[in-house]
Order: sequence, then structure tokens, then C-alpha cells
Amino acid sequence: MVREITYLEAVREAMTQEMERDPKVFLIGEDVGLYGGAFQVSYGMLEKFGPERIVDTPITELGIAGAATGAALVGMRPIAEIMFMDFTTLASEQLVNQAAKLRFMFGGRATDPMVLRTPAGSGTGAAEHHSQSFENWFVHVPGLKVVMPTTPYDVKGLLIESIRDDNPVVFIEHKLLYKSKGPVPEEMYTIPLGKADVKRAGRDLTIVATGVMVQRSLAAADQLAQEGIDIEIVDPRTLRPLDTETIIASVKKTGKVLIVHEAVKTGGFGGELAAVIAESEAFGYLEAPILRLAGKEVPIPYNRNLEYHAVPQVENIIEKARELAQLKV
Amino acid sequence: MEVTKEIAEQYLLQMYQIRVFEEQAEKSYMAGKIHGTMHLSIGQEASAVGSVSALGPKDLILSTHRGHGHCIAKGADLKLMMAEFYGKANGYCRGRGGSMHIADVASGNLGANGVVGGGIPMAVGVGLGLKMQNEGKILLSFFGDGAASTGAFHESMTLSVLYQVPVVYVCENNQYAMSFPSNKWTTSEGLASFAACYGMPGKSVDGNDLLAVLEATEEAVEHVRNGNGPALVVCDTYRWRGHSKSDRNRYRSQEEIDAWKEKDPIERFKNHMIEKKTLTIDDIEKIKAQADADIENARLFAESSPDPDVSTLEEGVYAPW
Ligand SMILES: Cc1ncc(C[n+]2csc(CCOP(=O)(O)OP(=O)(O)O)c2C)c(N)n1
Ligand SMILES: [Mg+2]
Repeated sequence: MVREITYLEAVREAMTQEMERDPKVFLIGEDVGLYGGAFQVSYGMLEKFGPERIVDTPITELGIAGAATGAALVGMRPIAEIMFMDFTTLASEQLVNQAAKLRFMFGGRATDPMVLRTPAGSGTGAAEHHSQSFENWFVHVPGLKVVMPTTPYDVKGLLIESIRDDNPVVFIEHKLLYKSKGPVPEEMYTIPLGKADVKRAGRDLTIVATGVMVQRSLAAADQLAQEGIDIEIVDPRTLRPLDTETIIASVKKTGKVLIVHEAVKTGGFGGELAAVIAESEAFGYLEAPILRLAGKEVPIPYNRNLEYHAVPQVENIIEKARELAQLKV
Repeated sequence: MEVTKEIAEQYLLQMYQIRVFEEQAEKSYMAGKIHGTMHLSIGQEASAVGSVSALGPKDLILSTHRGHGHCIAKGADLKLMMAEFYGKANGYCRGRGGSMHIADVASGNLGANGVVGGGIPMAVGVGLGLKMQNEGKILLSFFGDGAASTGAFHESMTLSVLYQVPVVYVCENNQYAMSFPSNKWTTSEGLASFAACYGMPGKSVDGNDLLAVLEATEEAVEHVRNGNGPALVVCDTYRWRGHSKSDRNRYRSQEEIDAWKEKDPIERFKNHMIEKKTLTIDDIEKIKAQADADIENARLFAESSPDPDVSTLEEGVYAPW
């Protein structure tokens, strides 16, 4: 039987094993040392690797992103941690204008193998400045890869792959998933970037979900199964590059698709997914409009109840999927 | 510095209100009545009350994530403040902001901030606006030692001096940014010397000595109000509690915490006022009882207040609301 660990431990294990294997890998970020990271992801790593490779910084997001970008440019493989995805706004200049473009701008003569890890999402009562989901901003930037793992198994394989990848990778973790458990092999393994995973097979409709919405969709699918609605759930795992093949194949099979994400609907990744499906041969197989269920058009509020209703919950997914199952063009 | 009995009572009351408010907020959090997280300023009361007391009622402040003290010192209604912590519809931010975004715009508190350094660039703009409006108002902008390491701080200092904005910057140097000790990258004098680098007066003071903070801030206020551009005051102080609700205190020793508790700003002010015969023990007990009653009333108000209606979730993103 495969051992079970948490999503958080899978992040730590992937970083630790890669650091043991490759002396070029190091971790840099705020409070990643003694504090163990704001979410305890790197707890214990300072003792193991010392302050030269577990690099604590003052509050300098642009500096952290720059340090990673520059170190990668000369052949290191840095992992930069930005404490909350909200603060990638500050790191973005180095990431978006510099890291993402170095290779192309320099005619392919530069490589920038860095990973920027950051936890996203709401549900912790941390309000407007500590709850946002900005993945689609980075998806919009050629030169970046964007990874959004949803299980401990995927975390480990995708993070190791991201560290070894020769491009800058934005690796988006979800705070609410940190404590979730799942089977993870102890040995190292990789999962290719750009490979979706069918998290549940079904016949009646496809849900393409990202982040914590994969787990919520799975819970919704279990309940709808009792009503005889058989749902297939596709987890893209990496948003860029996107595994369009798996998504299109699933929609062709079921003829119906619901897209679910936490980020605000307008301008969110769901629009891209819907367009990819509509432009593909799956269009001819659609038996109903493509539907999206996503974050409301508001910043994440503090009040617990408001926060809860600002993003899709299991009951919303059930309702929307049921509606779609009954829809006919 | 001499203060009258009335003024001494007011300072002490505000410091007690801050401490008791935060102790209550912590209790309510433990009881599951307040969620999320919060950043307590217990141990830093003198820097909030001392600096804000140098302002006039029409002056403004910009606060930080550790901003409960600033808010109370600026004269916030404790009931509306506690209601916001409870996420209630009648709280200062209608339950949308919570502890980390507490603002009381009407009484001149332009808001706490969840982003470290997030308020400093705005301070330049507020200063610029106040200068253009020319009504004699000034801004006091708080930030921490950690915020002083951000690019936002350094760009803002550049602009503040360039535009000679009427802003007093108050750096609350509580020695740490989360677990990162400020003495790893600078010193208190180093923080104050940023002022000289950019071309404004700067000074560091014992931030646990209310009257020292007040005196230094008054000096800065005078400089600023006379149209001489910005000034900086660094208050050396210490937070007794963890950084936030998830801190395990791995980066500092109990001895260090205890040593700073010996320098309790409230005890120091109390003792000083007794020595000076400005206040009696009896006066002090009454003030403490007053603070306790104020906070208890705030708690009762918050607990009996209504939650925001979910149907209003999408309101208020755009003007008008
Ligand atoms: C831009 C940004 N980076 C990181 C954080 C997480 N964080 C919140 S408070 C804090 C420490 C702030 O230190 P300081 O400015 O000294 O204020 P203090 O907490 O000590 O009052 C950190 C790192 C944040 N809120 N914003
Ligand atoms: Mg500090």
C-alpha cells in the first residue's frame, strides 16, 4: 500500500528530494526558514539544508522574484515562495516582464529555470488582500507555465517536473488543500506539464474544474450519481500548457460541459476553456450551451457567510450540473 | 514634557482601551466568534497613542495590518470597531473588511492594510491632495520595520521629498517582520537615517515611552505643518503576542519577550504619572475600569448586531453604494 501524506507534505517532499538530488536548487522567500513558511510548508528544511539554501528574505516580493530570475539566468534552479498569491502583484514585474521573456528576447540563448510557488484562494477568513486567485493573469503571458495541482500525488510529480523544467513556472497551491491527504509514493517521480487528469469518469456531462473546485466537483458528482447523473471530471492540472486533447475528448463523449473555478468569472480561465471547446471539433457534439460556474464579481469579503457565498460551493455545483444535465438545445 | 491631569487620563484611557480591546478580540477569536486572523499590537500602545496625539482632529492617518491601536487612538467608536471584527453589517466596513482592513474614514483613519507597505505609496497621494487643497491638514502614515524593506517605501520616500508632501511617517520598529529580525538588515538608527538619505528630518525614539513619542511626533508635525515637507519618526517597540494567530514563536526567546514586558508602555506611563503626582492610584483604577466597561459594551453591541445579508454580497464594488 502506498503511504498517505498531505498536500503540504508533498510540496515539502518534492522540494526536499530535488534539493538533495540537485545542488542548484534552493528555496527563497519570506519566513521560509525558522518560521517554516506562513503555512509551514518548508518547516524543518532550514535544519536540513542551512540558511544558504533556505534563504529567508525581508518583505521584498519584487526582490524575491528578481533574485530567482537572476539566479536562474546563471544556471541555478531557484524556488521562490510568495507568501500569498495576492502579493504576486508585487513580484510580477520580474516574473512577467523579465523571467517570462528572457529566452525569447535573447533569441533562445538564455534559459530561466525558476519556479514561483504561491498559495491562492479564499476560505480562511483572511479577506480582500489574502484570498485572491490570479492564475489567469499568468496564463496570459507567453513564456510562463502555470501549474495548479489539486492532489498530494499531483503536487509531488508536478513540482519535481516544474523544478526540472527549463522555463519559469508559476506553481499555484491552494490553502484549503494543504491539509488534504492522499497516496504519494516515497520515491521521486514526475508528471509532465500539459497533461490533464480525468479525476472521475462519467457519461452524462463533463466538469472541467481547477484548484479546490476539483474536490468540490468530486463531492458534487458523488451526490448526483445517486440521482442517476453520471459526471466526468477533468482536472487540467496545468493551465499553460493546456491539455486540450483530453478536455475535447471528454466533451465529445458526454456532449455537455460545465466549467468550475474559484477565480472571478469575468476574465477567468473558464472563458479560455469555453473558447477552446467551442473552437474545436467538440462543438458539433455539444447538446447544450457551455456553462461556467465561478467566483462572484466581488473582492473576497471578510464576513464568513459572505466569503462562503463569493465562490462556488458543492451545493452550487450540484445545482448547476443538475440544470445542465436537464438542458437540451 | 508636562501633561495635565485631564490629558494624562485621556492617554491612559486610550492605551487601556487598545489593550483591553485586543485582549477581548483574542478571547472572542479563541471562542470561535471572530474568524480569520488578526495582528495584535499589545505592547506597542504608546507608539500609537503618543504619535496620533500630536495630530489635530482634522488630520488624517493611514494605518497598517497591525492597526487596532491607531484606529482607537484616532478616536474610533469601539462598538463599530468590534462589530467589524465580528463581521457584522453595522461594523465600520459593513463586515467586508475585518481587523486587517479596519477604516474609519469619517474620523480621519483612511484604513489599515493587508499588504505590507501598501499604505505608503497612498500616503504620498494623500499628502499631495492635502497640499493641493491647502486647508492645513496633514497625514500621519504608519508602517512597520518590515515595510521599510519594501520597494514601495523607497519609491514613496523619493516622491514625498520631491513633492514636499505634508506627511509624518511613523515607523513602528517592533524588531520583527513576522520572524525576520529587523537587525539582520538594519538598525533603529538605520531606519531613521533613511530620512537623511532622502532629504527629510528623521529621528528614532523609545517607542514605549508615550511622552517621548509624543514629543518627537510633535516636532515632526510642526516641521510638516509649516510647509517644510515630510518627516520621519521611528518608534522602537515590541509586540508581545505572536505575529498573527498562526505564529509559533520559533524565532525569539521567552527571555527576550519577558525583557520587553518589563518595559510595558502602560506601566511606564502610569508610574511616571504617579511619580509626577499627576494621577493617583485611584484615578488609574477608575480609568482601567472605564476601559473595561467600554470594551464590554463594544462586545455586547457586536454580538447582538446583525450579519450582512447574503443578498447584498455583490453590492458596493462600484460607486455609488
Ligand atoms: C506585501 C506583503 N508581503 C508579505 C505579507 C505577509 N506579512 C504580513 S505582516 C508581515 C510582517 C510585517 O512586518 P512589519 O512591517 O515590521 O510590521 P509588524 O507586523 O511587525 O507590525 C508580513 C510578512 C504581506 N501582508 N504583504
Ligand atoms: Mg515589525
